[in-house]
Amino acid sequence: MSDKILMKGNEVLGEAAIIAGCRYYFGYPITPQNEVPAYMARRLPQVDGTFLQAESEIAAINMVFGASAAGARVMTSSSSPGISLKQEGISYLSGARLPAVVVNMMRGGPGLGNIAGAQGDYYQATRGGGNGDYRTVALAPATVQEIADLTIKSFDIADKYRVVVMLMGDGFLGQMAEGVSLPEPSNQKFDKPWALSGAEGREPNIVASLRLNPEDALEKLNDELQATYTQIEENETMSESYMTDDADYLLVAYGMSSRICRSALRALRKEGVKVGLFRPITLWPFPEKELQKAAEGKQKVLTVEMSAGQMLEDVKLSLNGTADIDFYGRTAGMLPDIDEIVRRVKNYGK
Amino acid sequence: MTEKIIFAGFGGQGVLLSGKLLCIAGMREGKYVSHIPSYGAEMRGGTANCQVIISDEEVASPVVFHPDIAIVLNTPSLIKFEPRVKAGGLLIYNSSLIDEKPSRTDITVVDIAANDIAEENGSSRSANMAVIGKLLKQKPELASLESTIAALEEAVSARNRKFNPVNEKVLKAGYAA
Repeated sequence: MSDKILMKGNEVLGEAAIIAGCRYYFGYPITPQNEVPAYMARRLPQVDGTFLQAESEIAAINMVFGASAAGARVMTSSSSPGISLKQEGISYLSGARLPAVVVNMMRGGPGLGNIAGAQGDYYQATRGGGNGDYRTVALAPATVQEIADLTIKSFDIADKYRVVVMLMGDGFLGQMAEGVSLPEPSNQKFDKPWALSGAEGREPNIVASLRLNPEDALEKLNDELQATYTQIEENETMSESYMTDDADYLLVAYGMSSRICRSALRALRKEGVKVGLFRPITLWPFPEKELQKAAEGKQKVLTVEMSAGQMLEDVKLSLNGTADIDFYGRTAGMLPDIDEIVRRVKNYGK
Repeated sequence: MTEKIIFAGFGGQGVLLSGKLLCIAGMREGKYVSHIPSYGAEMRGGTANCQVIISDEEVASPVVFHPDIAIVLNTPSLIKFEPRVKAGGLLIYNSSLIDEKPSRTDITVVDIAANDIAEENGSSRSANMAVIGKLLKQKPELASLESTIAALEEAVSARNRKFNPVNEKVLKAGYAA
């Protein structure tokens, strides 16, 4: 514990990316994630990396496309409205099978909304905000330490499967500081024979998302993508089940809302109410089987989000009518109230 | 032990640093800590606050709405946060800048003339340190004075470390006050 350092979520994200070998960052400022570009602007030159503040979010994601095509580990970050602007680029990256890490420190929406933390971009991240049959892996840390650890993992998943990985935090997680042990690099190596690394002595590589021939080119790509997504579902799904075994009731929440639920759980357990918490760590792939197991035999499942109920859809799809599901959410950067969660769960027993 | 704390004052009074300092000191003693600053449309001269939790167990929700302890350095902060302190909680206020007395009777109210103490010991800019000293005296379970002095090096940015001898002196004076 004593070797820990106190760091903000946004800053540790930058440092963990550097530990993971990321040497390129392109972004455009937006609150509440400005400490990410600020940190990268300071640190990347020290490790011979390149920080570039682009003229827009759209420019930044296309610079990510370029660096990734050249085989580099690259990251961009933004917050909700800025992420909306990047969606075309994310779809192109997916179509060109280019790995990248895109961070979304979510804020209140829709539109420009406000700068407080929120979770209203779940649909956008898990359903695909851009066009076409693609998926982005979406990881949702709940602590500053987990931001560090999942950042390392994001780069590995992106390179391993040649996909875009979205790291989904929110304004509170990005701004808050906690004790953190900086992670070790994973040291996994990924060959990139497809990269535009200079064609001297070999046939040129082509990186593109335009594939005009439907049958030979585009459908073949889509089949490959779907096969990759199946592998990701099998290998990379992550979740945490906390005190679920003896529980009568189950809370389901991710990221910041899962921490609020954990406080409610402590209060309820103190009063003898048996409640557990299921926390998806990957939002896509959604931990369907793990949730089914955690929800087995529970009298009620309460989904809590900082949104009007988006993950709720995945909870319902996963449990497919086998559980009684309730929802409680706050939007606009408001936080779910611990007392309200406690009140609801107590009511289920009446 | 779980103490939920709000530090509040003018931007520039060092409330964010105060929270950070306490977190680092607590962390060095093996405690779990969290720190959330108010952010966004804040500026020097405006109001600033931070929410801090120091605990023996892992911090669940880091959000503090009803604090166990409120540290208020100016009048707007007193008006905003006094009503939010939990019954039985602690309110420390900076009587150098706050003229009216807090009105709650169901909480412990402690005053400290932070700016005056800081001025006497080197610089009124270290007034936040006097308040932290007072807090450590009232709530020794948060962190020791020694750990807090040791944490100054890490908490204070490089360009301001030259003020740390004054910071240390004011911390001790606040502790003794």
